[in-house]
Amino acid sequence: MIEGIFVEGLIYGIMALGVFFTFRILDFPDLTVDGSFPLGAVIMAMAIQQGIGLIAGILLAFSGGVAAGVVTAIIHNKLKVPHLLAGILTMTMLYSINIRILGNRANLPLMRKETLLTKAVAFTDGTLSETWTLLLFFILVVLVIKVLMDLFFHTDMGLTFGAMGSNTQMVISQGVNPATYKVIGVGLSNGLVALSGAFAAQYQGFADVNLGQGIVVSGLASVMLGEFLIRSNRISLLTLRVIIGAIFYKAIMFLGRFYGYTIHLTPNDLKLVSGILIIGALVITQMKKPAKGGK
Amino acid sequence: MIAIENAALTFNAGTPNENKIFEAFNLTVKKGEFVTIIGSNGAGKSTLFNLLAGTVMPDAGRIVLGGKEVTKAPEFKRARTIGRIFQDPLAGTASNMTLEDNMMVCLKKGFKGLRISLNQKKREFFKEQLRFLDMGLEDRLKDNVGLLSGGQRQALTLLMMVLSRPELVLLDEHTAALDPRNAEIVERLTTHFVTEYGLTTLMITHNMQQAIDLGNRLLMMDAGEVVLDICGEKMQDLTVEKLVAMFSKIRNKKFTNDEALLSR
Repeated sequence: MIEGIFVEGLIYGIMALGVFFTFRILDFPDLTVDGSFPLGAVIMAMAIQQGIGLIAGILLAFSGGVAAGVVTAIIHNKLKVPHLLAGILTMTMLYSINIRILGNRANLPLMRKETLLTKAVAFTDGTLSETWTLLLFFILVVLVIKVLMDLFFHTDMGLTFGAMGSNTQMVISQGVNPATYKVIGVGLSNGLVALSGAFAAQYQGFADVNLGQGIVVSGLASVMLGEFLIRSNRISLLTLRVIIGAIFYKAIMFLGRFYGYTIHLTPNDLKLVSGILIIGALVITQMKKPAKGGK
Repeated sequence: MIAIENAALTFNAGTPNENKIFEAFNLTVKKGEFVTIIGSNGAGKSTLFNLLAGTVMPDAGRIVLGGKEVTKAPEFKRARTIGRIFQDPLAGTASNMTLEDNMMVCLKKGFKGLRISLNQKKREFFKEQLRFLDMGLEDRLKDNVGLLSGGQRQALTLLMMVLSRPELVLLDEHTAALDPRNAEIVERLTTHFVTEYGLTTLMITHNMQQAIDLGNRLLMMDAGEVVLDICGEKMQDLTVEKLVAMFSKIRNKKFTNDEALLSR
C-alpha cells in the first residue's frame, strides 16, 4: 500500500515538476495542464493499442504536450490574452482533441496490453515483487527527469528562465525576447505533464479524457507542500522538494480515501480537500510573511 | 553615434487625455559623450529614454543607434547594444537568484542556449569584478541578490551592465533612490566605468550639481524640447546659479533650484 503511494506520488511528481516550472519559475500560471495530462494519456494509450511502440508512444506523448504548451504560449503572446485565459482555451480545445485521438471515445482500457510497466515487471520477474519493481522503475524515471531538469536550469537558458520569473525587465535588457522563452518554457512544462499522463495511463491500465480534471490544483498543492518541507534556493533541492511534495500530497489523498469515512468523507470530496490544502498553505505563507520582516 | 530625427510622440491621441510629448524632437550624441539631462517633471526625459530603448515607438521620425536605423526594432533587440539602469534598485537584478547566476545572465547579451557556462573560471572573473566595487560582495557569490541592500544592488546592476560593454548607456536617475553615502559610491563607480571604457552615456538627474560635475555635455529639457545644450568649454565654468538664470531667461518661467532637486 505504501509502495502504491510512492509510485503514484512519483508519477504525479513528473506533472508537479511541470507545474513548478510554469507557476514558480516562469511565473506563468498555466492551466493547459488539465488538458495536456489526459493528452499524454490518450496518445500513449493509442500508441499501445495501435502497436506503434512504447518508446515512440512516450516520445509522441511528450511532443504532444510540448505542442499544447506552445499553442497556449502563442495565444498569450500574439493575441495579448492573459495567461489564465490562454491556458483555459487550449485546455478546452484539448478535451475535443483528446476524444478525437481516442477515436471518438472517452476512454480506452489497456487490459492485457504490453506497456512499459508490464515490460519492467517481466524483466525483474522472480527477483522482485510487482509493486517493488514498479517503485524502482519510477524512482529511476523520475531521477532521470529530475537530473535533466537540474542540468537544464544550470545552462545559460535555464538561468535566464530563473531571472525571467523574478524580473522580466532584466531579461529584456539582456536582449532576450521573453515571448520566445515563454513558448519554450510552457512547451517543456506541458511536455513533462503529458509524460506524466502517459505513465499514469499505463499504471492505471486505461486512458480517460477526464483524467486531467483538477490536475493543476493537485500539482500546485504538491509544489506548495514541498515548499513547506524544504527551504532552499538551490535548484536541485527545489526539484527534489516538488517530488517529495507530490508524494506527500498522494499520501494525504490516500488517508482521505481510506480513513476519511470516519468523518463521512467520500472520494468525491477529495477535490475539495485539495483546494482547502492550497488555501491552507496560502494562509500559512501569508501569516509567515511579516515575521520574516520583508517582502 | 546616436540620433533622433524629427521624432513625434503623442500619448492617447484623439482622446480627452491626449498628451503631446514630442512634436519634432532632434538630438545627436557623439560616440564617447557623457550627456547629463535635467528638466522639470513632464519635460519628456524618461520618454526620451523609452524612445531610445524601444519601450515606446515614435509616431513619426527616425531613431539611429550606432549608425543603424532602429526606429521599428523591438526593445529586446535594441537592448543588445544598450545598457539601461532604472531608479529602482530592484529593477536590474533578479532577487530570488544568486549573485553569480545574476552575473552569468548579464555577461553576454542575446539569446541564451543550452550551454553550462558558469564554471570556476567565470566565478574567479566575477569575484575579481566584484572586488572592485569594494562592498564585500566577492565573498557572497552564492547569496541571493534579494539579501543585498539597495545600494549594493544598484552597484551590482551597474557592474553587470558594464560587463557587456554596451554601445549606449542610459541612466535614469539611478542614484535618486539611494541614501547619500551609497549614492556617492554609485556615482563614483559610474564615472569610473564611463571614462575607463569610454561609454557613450545619457544620464537623467534631478541634481543640477551632479549634472554639471559628471557630464561633458548638459541638456536641459522642457515641454518636449531641448532648451539648453551646453558642452565643451562652457561646461567648465557652469554653476547651478548660472543654469537657473539661463533657464529663466529662455522660458520666462520660474524654475528654482529647489524645484529641480525635489520634483520627481
